[in-house]
Amino acid sequence: MYHRWLMTVILLLFATICALAAPPVKPYEAETWTTPPNGVDAHVDAALKAQGATWRNPCSDEVFIRRVHLDLIGTMPKPDEVEEFLKNPRPDKRAALIESLFTRDEYADYWSMKWCDILRVKSEFPINLWPNAVQAYHQWIRAALRDNMPYDQFARALLTSSGSNFRVPPVNFYRAVPNRAPDGLAAATALTFMGTRLDTWPPAKREAMAAFFSKVAYKKTGEWKEEIVYLNPAMTEPVKALLPDGTTAMIPGNADPRETFANWLISPKNPWFARAIVNRQWAWTMGHGIIHEPDDLRAANPPVSPQLLAYLEAELVRARYDLRHTYRLILNSRTYQQSSITQDDEKPALRFAHYTVRRLEAEVLIDALCWIGGQGESYSSPIPEPFTFIPKGQRTIALADGSITSSFLAMFGRSSRDTGLATERNNQPSDTQRLYLLNSNDIQQRITRSPLLRDIIRKSKGNSQEVARNIYLTLLSRYPTPQELLVLQQYAKKPDMQPQSVLVDTTWALINSKEFLYRH
Amino acid sequence: METTRISRREFLRWSLAGAAGLILGDLARHTPLLAAQPRPAPRARSVIQVWMWGGPSHLDTFDPKPNAGNDYTGPLNTVVETNVKGIVINAALPMLALQADKYAIIRGMAHGNNGHETAAYMMQTGHAPGVGLVYPSLGAIVSYFKGYSNGYTGLIPPYITLTESQGRFAEEGFLGPLYKPFATGGDPNQKIFTVDGVVAAGITEQRQRDRRDLLHGLDTLGKAMPTEPAFAQLDACEEKAYELILGDARKVFDLSQEPDELRDRYGRSKFGQSCLMARRLVEQGVPFITINYGGWDTHKQHFEAMRQKLPEFDRGLATLLQDLADRGLLDTTIVWAGGEFGRTPKVDWDAPWNGGRGHFGPCFSVLLAGGGFRGGTVVGASDAKGEKVVERPVYPQDLIGSILELLGINPDAPLPNNRGLDLKVMPASEDGPGRGRLKEII
Repeated sequence: MYHRWLMTVILLLFATICALAAPPVKPYEAETWTTPPNGVDAHVDAALKAQGATWRNPCSDEVFIRRVHLDLIGTMPKPDEVEEFLKNPRPDKRAALIESLFTRDEYADYWSMKWCDILRVKSEFPINLWPNAVQAYHQWIRAALRDNMPYDQFARALLTSSGSNFRVPPVNFYRAVPNRAPDGLAAATALTFMGTRLDTWPPAKREAMAAFFSKVAYKKTGEWKEEIVYLNPAMTEPVKALLPDGTTAMIPGNADPRETFANWLISPKNPWFARAIVNRQWAWTMGHGIIHEPDDLRAANPPVSPQLLAYLEAELVRARYDLRHTYRLILNSRTYQQSSITQDDEKPALRFAHYTVRRLEAEVLIDALCWIGGQGESYSSPIPEPFTFIPKGQRTIALADGSITSSFLAMFGRSSRDTGLATERNNQPSDTQRLYLLNSNDIQQRITRSPLLRDIIRKSKGNSQEVARNIYLTLLSRYPTPQELLVLQQYAKKPDMQPQSVLVDTTWALINSKEFLYRH
Repeated sequence: METTRISRREFLRWSLAGAAGLILGDLARHTPLLAAQPRPAPRARSVIQVWMWGGPSHLDTFDPKPNAGNDYTGPLNTVVETNVKGIVINAALPMLALQADKYAIIRGMAHGNNGHETAAYMMQTGHAPGVGLVYPSLGAIVSYFKGYSNGYTGLIPPYITLTESQGRFAEEGFLGPLYKPFATGGDPNQKIFTVDGVVAAGITEQRQRDRRDLLHGLDTLGKAMPTEPAFAQLDACEEKAYELILGDARKVFDLSQEPDELRDRYGRSKFGQSCLMARRLVEQGVPFITINYGGWDTHKQHFEAMRQKLPEFDRGLATLLQDLADRGLLDTTIVWAGGEFGRTPKVDWDAPWNGGRGHFGPCFSVLLAGGGFRGGTVVGASDAKGEKVVERPVYPQDLIGSILELLGINPDAPLPNNRGLDLKVMPASEDGPGRGRLKEII
């Protein structure tokens, strides 16, 4: 009780001293904070102060609704959602929006996509799960995220299941590896659940950890591409293995060594398990880990704010591994709700403490382009047996299989899902991406055939200001500034400029803008 | 030719360079320039890879078995003498028969894998699967050592795929997305070959410029954060993109600049015009071009498919070889044609295959020409039915290693990777269990 009371006092004190440092930049920043500070903010404040750094301004409601949609459901907000949110006078509307997004179908789709990157879900080389198993595995992962399965149970199911890859989907954890030898399985487990790269461990420790996976075996059945993951019954001698914390485990011959490992892993006292996941959650939402890269936990790569990390770990354990609890803490913090606009004197060490602008993931971007163009991508798999049926208009964030051939997804750096390393997804811009967005027939056609644009013209009844307002609301989740309206007016006045071209070119320019392409 | 052959002494020098690379350690790891020297002058500047994905039948192309009987040959049971005495190929390839002096046929290609994705990985990287790593394809390696980080300045990307990306594995492997191929999209056999992002239909140059001004005028977020490094990166990409959109380099894709007669000779097919396109890209100095040529995975009604496929292939590839030679480009351009495996020599006549051929990794053929490979040669042999290699097996690592050697890429040079591991291009010690690199035709 006492410490909760103390926390309230600290937070109140902190709120009063949190006046804006600089005048807000319109339309991206708000005049005042409506979000109360929370436990996350106290730790971030300490980290900022220690470096002599300051808070950024609060982001505007326009920025917030777009940001939180992209971060939680990988989908841009619809214009009517934006209007409604902007009009809503309630001071707690941001918290309410976060809650409502957890229940959206796209939430399960988007987070399955992220987890399938880490769990390496794809049909083809070097994972070779094959389509049936990909579908079963993806459905299991999606259901777990939709139903908010506690994270410790999620990990346990993946690590300790045995059976058919079609009927017991989590066994695919042990199939979706580029190396099925015990050391390969140990490496995949360490990377996935401990956020650490086994390559960086001393060889003796690596070997000792591999022993936990020494009984995992695979066999085919009469059914095409069915495979059973089981424990080799011929290995009856006791297994001596070494846990990553240095404890020796003697596992009797009739026991499952994976159980011993999983029990150790998900114990609340485990130093790796909660830390790895809350740090990943932080990196996913803020754009930069408290430990960075988020899957490179080791002594030589310490957290920038150990206190913040410890706080989040404790919260996750206290909430019985409910991942939404830690998301709530992060997303409802002022830390998350700061403006992304950089100030001149920013310290690289504090990148974790500010929202980082970053390019939309390939899947999120193509879904937005499909929405604008009124037509989904058609995806197919080159594997003939069985053919993967992908309904027309299927959202890309909901695609199960990382092997689906798509020039767009390859160009925009979707994860190769080869090893599960976070860096396998690449959101850097490239010349060829830029060429595609600036000058491809594909983009041009999406714009000229866009049903959204047709609706905007109809709704705006020939009023060009109204057209501009609606295009901005649709594409950038905000209204145009007076300066932007002026630029558009001048563009329309160019000699030989057709009204249709103004509309197409405005849409083209906004699709190509940093504001559209980057979460900010 | 003897004078440019790589001597034993030069080989020794290579190994020494490899050792130096080791000593340079981390410094060399991220600088291909440093890691790649010193080494013998490269003989090949570019590679055209005709990737026949699905796997073409070796019996129906470069390793015919006319005496094996109808169950093996099907209707493609005749051979044709080539312009090199003693070399015969399937009669379905009459134009290629007249070019045999320019190419070598590898008849003992082998890796034994019958799965598309794994076999494609082996053939394109030269590495065995299952080690927990995805090595980059040959094209990505070439784009790393001969691309922008090592003196290539062309606006056209250094690793081009005509026209669709392959997608069975990530070709850039652990090298990362900078070394991905640029897939053109479009169809060079159409009136205008629209290339994704480079050549768009119907936007005038003035409108391009107007649009660019509008984009900058509306760049409100960019102006609010002028020092953001992520945005500076995007701006740099944009600048390069506009050099291509508004400059002359894109004209390489304008096939209407070629005489109609030549376009006819290549064949008015997507494949034929892709071959012509590849030659134009080689002329521009592009170091690696893949023609992604699908349609060879003929489990069913194989011979019906071949009736359409083989004449198109024959015409396109034969004309490419002749055209490259006529322009003096063949000496510096490697042409590699083949798939991830061959097809079962024995035909399956039963329903539902109705004369089909399955996947076959134990023995198949590959064609190599130019860039220092000696034409008019046959390497290795298969048995009487094309089912087993009986002489001089060539493994994927031997093939890739040989091409790298001609390109002057140090096989011991380190490859950067996202795990900090000590990985090398393709050391000679990784040659296949047979006789290794193709010294007999280099």
